[in-house]
Amino acid sequence: MDSLIIISTGSLVAICGSILGCFLILRKMAMVSDAISHAVLPGIVIAFMLGSDLDSVWMLVGAGLVGVLTTFLIEFFHQKGKLQTDAAIGVTFTWLFAIGVILVTYYAGDAHIDQDCVLYGEIAYTPINPIILKNGTVLGPKALIVLGAVLLIIVLIVSLFYKEFFLTTFDPSFALATGLSASLWHYVLMSLVSVTTVASFESVGAILVVAFLIVPPASAYLLTTRLSHMILLSCCFGVLSAIFGYYLAYAIDGSIAGAMATVAGVIFGVVFAIAKYLEKRRAISNLEQMTLETSK
Amino acid sequence: MIQQVEEPVLEIHDLTVSYDKKPVLWGIDLSVPKGAIAGIVGPNGAGKSTLIKSIMGLTSLSSGYVKIFDEELEQVRSRVSYVPQRESVDWDFPASVLDVVLMGRYARIGLFKRPRRADIEAALFALKQVGMDKFKTRQISQLSGGQQQRVFLARALTQQADIYFMDEPFAGVDAATEKAIIQILKKLAEDGKTVIVVHHDLQSVSTYFDWVIMLNLRLVASGPTDKVFTPELLEETYGGKLTLLTEVGELMKKGQYPTREKQ
Amino acid sequence: MNLETLIEFFSLQNPNVRYVVLGSVLLSVSSAIVGCFTFLKKKALLGDVVSHAVLPGICISFMVSGTKDPFLLIIGAFLSGWLSIIILDYIVANSKIKEDTATGLSLSVFFGVGILLLTVIQHSGNAAQSGLDSFLFGKAAALVGKDLLAFSIIASIILIVVYLFYKEFELVCFDQEYARSIGVPVKRIELLLTSITVLAVVTGIQAVGVVLMSAMLITPAAAGKFWTNKLSVMLLLASLFGAFSGIAGAYISYTAPSMPTGPWIVVVLSFIAILSFFFAPEKGILIKLFKQRKIRLQLLEENLLKSFYKIGEINADFTAARSNEELIEIRRFSTAQFKEGLSRLSNQGFIKKTNGTWSLTNDGLQKGMRVVKLHRLWELYLTKYLRIAPDHVHEDADTIEHVITPEIEERLEKLLEYPEADPHSSNIPYN
Repeated sequence: MDSLIIISTGSLVAICGSILGCFLILRKMAMVSDAISHAVLPGIVIAFMLGSDLDSVWMLVGAGLVGVLTTFLIEFFHQKGKLQTDAAIGVTFTWLFAIGVILVTYYAGDAHIDQDCVLYGEIAYTPINPIILKNGTVLGPKALIVLGAVLLIIVLIVSLFYKEFFLTTFDPSFALATGLSASLWHYVLMSLVSVTTVASFESVGAILVVAFLIVPPASAYLLTTRLSHMILLSCCFGVLSAIFGYYLAYAIDGSIAGAMATVAGVIFGVVFAIAKYLEKRRAISNLEQMTLETSK
Repeated sequence: MIQQVEEPVLEIHDLTVSYDKKPVLWGIDLSVPKGAIAGIVGPNGAGKSTLIKSIMGLTSLSSGYVKIFDEELEQVRSRVSYVPQRESVDWDFPASVLDVVLMGRYARIGLFKRPRRADIEAALFALKQVGMDKFKTRQISQLSGGQQQRVFLARALTQQADIYFMDEPFAGVDAATEKAIIQILKKLAEDGKTVIVVHHDLQSVSTYFDWVIMLNLRLVASGPTDKVFTPELLEETYGGKLTLLTEVGELMKKGQYPTREKQ
Repeated sequence: MNLETLIEFFSLQNPNVRYVVLGSVLLSVSSAIVGCFTFLKKKALLGDVVSHAVLPGICISFMVSGTKDPFLLIIGAFLSGWLSIIILDYIVANSKIKEDTATGLSLSVFFGVGILLLTVIQHSGNAAQSGLDSFLFGKAAALVGKDLLAFSIIASIILIVVYLFYKEFELVCFDQEYARSIGVPVKRIELLLTSITVLAVVTGIQAVGVVLMSAMLITPAAAGKFWTNKLSVMLLLASLFGAFSGIAGAYISYTAPSMPTGPWIVVVLSFIAILSFFFAPEKGILIKLFKQRKIRLQLLEENLLKSFYKIGEINADFTAARSNEELIEIRRFSTAQFKEGLSRLSNQGFIKKTNGTWSLTNDGLQKGMRVVKLHRLWELYLTKYLRIAPDHVHEDADTIEHVITPEIEERLEKLLEYPEADPHSSNIPYN
């Protein structure tokens, strides 16, 4: 039963990540999502310090706002300060994450608490939330429900506004020219990323969220020619990573999040090889066709 | 030689565009008549793309205004079509030819709805016009440069606009595509539409355009091709070096001076 | 944090303190220097990838050797750090995947593998593994002599390499094409740069840990960039900022041993960067705002003087007393601006006040005349050379009249052949 819950939770994270991640990598915003996933930490800690229990809705909202703040700060440093994008991202998220770690330490109080847990936290909340057990594998159904709700919101928004996301991702100039606001959809997307990050933080920590936002979509990107197929395929890869990752972690007694990310990487490697092979075959068949035609 | 027009479809008044307070277009004043096929020419860095972008509201103006059909762009967006440069888009994007062409109908479809039968038919019709209907399910990365340009044109055609702005539509396309595109533009003009094109190749100007706009940081000339496309004006556009202008521009950037004082 | 601890710390009598301070400084400085180069190549996030990617290497090193010998761990870290970059580049070069995606991918997968291995080690109950996870957040406060030896060697290697190859690095970062054209082995230089980046990361993470390492590379460089455009100055500033933050972090750890050094070093660094962002001369945002204000005042004063002059032109009497109403008629100002402008001009000696009216002094006359002259010269230039219609040149000239330097003024006069009248037939005054 436990394993089913864990795999389901992982799968939910994978699906949320896949849907958003496809848009992210097509917009070349992969690293911004990495930044957001780290930068929400202080938001999460503060939300916890303010509220007493897992009042998840407020935490989602609050930390989601931090994600938007991060996006805004990055833009601010980039536009007003003329700081190059990669540096704007790097400076912003490390600063926020550092603050988050310091807050975790203060809040946790005692000297012997592991700040390491923040990163790969199935046990992320041990110092903060007494409900989650320290053995690192138990996730209350609460996380499942929260993630389910987040997934619902994502599916709703993305399907309602699919055209708008599609167009602003593919051709922002044309979108602007037809009267769409590219920045509105940018912020909507980043807010969804923040919310997903926060909802997943509780269960699987920072690294897995980023891995699920980038790796399965990248794998799908190599094999598909339609955005809708890319999203679906990415979800499949993500869920596969969740399932096999769980069993891998169980087998060698390691971090589940780490294992899921590892499997996602392995899948990518395999897909990469397949894509290269298909490419070669296509090139050869094209060559054959050309020689056939010229020899006629 | 700047000829103004009585009832222009496009009117630009004292338009200045600056990047970081340095003007890249100075005080442009021009107007274009209905049904013209106008070419914008000038050396690299002259501001041709900037001009189109500022008309389309993609860049902000430091001064002046633009009127299309005697209105602000916002009021007439549905009558205006924009074809950006091909490089502005990542052609590895997982989309089919039909997907891209349908984008031209999005504004018409509205926020929450999906493309309907009528939209798809309009898209297919446009594809037929550019000779790409057989490619409708092809993924866009598999297209040649000329084919990509045709797809962009088809997208623009589905908008059924009254004025079309195109940024370097002939760059890097094969001769057949170029011919096909020009045919379509001529047909549009015959139907009373206006087409304004940023162009890079001086050889074809007299055959393609009946109105020429010559730009180099400022407007050198604007008017009917036979009047304006002369060696003297070409010399001025491509040859003249406005060092004073550039230096003053640099000073404005350095000191961050406002382009227009608030009265 | 009382005076006693402060003195205790900075007297460096405690050998531990010496190690920690020295270690932090070495690490911070070498990261800062290397970071400047990756920053300039616009690949600032490369450091982020490497710092996450060293984790599996460290773990494998431990698993293979069974010890936490720093040299062995460093070798493992170096190899996996390097591998992550190779894979990243390979992916970008051999598929349609873009750089940012490949960066995030390499980063998260390597890190995921690293965490997996780390937890496997931790769960295995091997006693020797305790403290392995100090790589995650860094424990500069726990640096001992052997650690210090290892990475002072590495820091020295980095500094020597940078010193020897300074010119090549500079070229490759600023203008690759040119470097290639004059025969610089660009590929090999980049390899070298990547190597010292990996080295810097491998040493740096011991102070600040894996996640925050990229800050050690990017933030000092970003901060330095706000103060200068010269590479050498930027390197110096970045090193100073890095060293300062390193010491500050070490100090904080000293006074509060439960505090991890990493985050504090980063917070101090970021603080410096944000201060630079706002206050650096030329590029700082607040400085820019001050400049705007200065310009507004200059515009205000010169426009007022212009009004004086123009009234004077009516009857060719420039130094007569003028009332507020007369001035406002020529050009409208807001009441506040009007008052401010007049008082500033009078303080600077360009106008004098007599019984509620104002008149130009000689200095004021000269200045006002010059501005009017520049306005009209520029209008002429616009109509003649830019073919702009005469009724459109006024506004443009209204700004440019304040911008033109005496040198440009001379060239303008010459170019237009010392004209007498502007496009509106107003007289162009000469001294």
